[in-house]
Amino acid sequence: MANQQTAKYTIMVTLIMCLVASVLVAGSAVLLRPAQVANKALDFKRNVLSIAGILNKDQSVEEQFKQVEIKIVDLDTGRFTDAITDIEKFDQNASAKKPDESDKLTTEEDIAKIFRREKRAKVFLVNDANGLSKIILPVRGYGLWSTMSGFVALDKDFNTILGFGFYSHAETPGLGGEVDNPKWKEIWIGKKIYSESGEVKIDVIKGHVDDATADAEYKVDGLSGATLTSNGVDNLMKFWMGDKGYKTFLANLKNGEA
Amino acid sequence: MSMKTKDLLVKPILENNPVILQILGICSALAVTSSVKVSLVMAIGLTLVSAFSNFFVSLVRNFLPNSVRIIAQMIIISALVIVVDQVLKAVAYDISKQLSVFVGLIITNCIVMGRTEAFALKNPPIPSFMDGIGHGLGYSALLIVIATFREIFGAGKWFGIQILPTVSEGGWYVPNGLLLLPPSAFFIIGIIIWGMRTWKKNQVEKVDFKIAPNSTTTQEIA
Repeated sequence: MANQQTAKYTIMVTLIMCLVASVLVAGSAVLLRPAQVANKALDFKRNVLSIAGILNKDQSVEEQFKQVEIKIVDLDTGRFTDAITDIEKFDQNASAKKPDESDKLTTEEDIAKIFRREKRAKVFLVNDANGLSKIILPVRGYGLWSTMSGFVALDKDFNTILGFGFYSHAETPGLGGEVDNPKWKEIWIGKKIYSESGEVKIDVIKGHVDDATADAEYKVDGLSGATLTSNGVDNLMKFWMGDKGYKTFLANLKNGEA
Repeated sequence: MSMKTKDLLVKPILENNPVILQILGICSALAVTSSVKVSLVMAIGLTLVSAFSNFFVSLVRNFLPNSVRIIAQMIIISALVIVVDQVLKAVAYDISKQLSVFVGLIITNCIVMGRTEAFALKNPPIPSFMDGIGHGLGYSALLIVIATFREIFGAGKWFGIQILPTVSEGGWYVPNGLLLLPPSAFFIIGIIIWGMRTWKKNQVEKVDFKIAPNSTTTQEIA
């Protein structure tokens, strides 16, 4: 056996070990990739269903997702578009990073701190026997530490919230992380977004909302100990429901012009 | 099975438990034990990593230059942990989301590194493999005990099955929320260690430092 104390021998052994380990790691990552991607897609669908409040745990997610219709919306015109051919594969968040598929936002516009807004959004429609019953819109915005991505589910009046929640964020567990608390998410259900005159009126306030006050249906309790996360939620709601977000689209939809 | 193999497998469970005697791997034992299912997956992951890293380290032990042996062990352990993490993401996505960083943290779990350094470097591959399994089982046993306690009294469930009907579901049991938080595992591990040492007196360490009475009096200093 070679002399084990020489530098050459040490470097050789280390290199060989690194090489073998990297082949093992890379191999497993490549081989398992398809299964991981499928899991992620399934998890995404489960999130859409669960935030819309139509997830049935006893049935397969794929089966239940069949009642959901995926559509692409042009956010500038506020109308459905056929510009994307492969709707299933269209990734809205990735689209927001491509210069030719997104617009840079000015500081005044960018209240949700997302820097670029994509031109097209992927929305989900749920139909029942009487036609459209729910619409699920993807939203995102910056909280305290991270971009929080989630969905808002609206009723067919395109104003009442049926569900709201995030599928990805990295806020402080126990404080900002309470955006995942089912009790807090429940508060959102039944709240209204637009006032009579069509302004975005939904507001996350500090403290508890007294149901007896006049516009309680536009107000949501902030999370205590998580003011910046609550502000982030407030901002992203105002951004995505406003002119740069889905407002035009929702108005068109209401008038049957989408 | 020879007597020795049996010792390697069984001793770490009661007599030489990595968590309660060697006080290793406490961090993850606190973090993942709020539900039995998650603990079980973590335990299986650690047992596999510990067994195989022991095996591979022992396989290359005669070629390892002494100066880089720790790094070499780390490479083997890290590679195995990444493989486990990838497999979990592919076959058990929900659980891998719950375990989040803790699978990755198996790399720094003292049990794995401790066994490769203390045992695998000095023993042939097969006994090392058994030693890894044994210590993995010791860790698993403790994890399951803690998780059982925490899940039953913290959430009224075991493996997700309702055992004690909780008040929020119309039953009579008011769950103890503290048990769902990591610090509760500290108390449970402490009580288990106390119980073990009362039962098996030979696990009590000798006092290796005793605070002596003052060698000078305050008057002398003044």
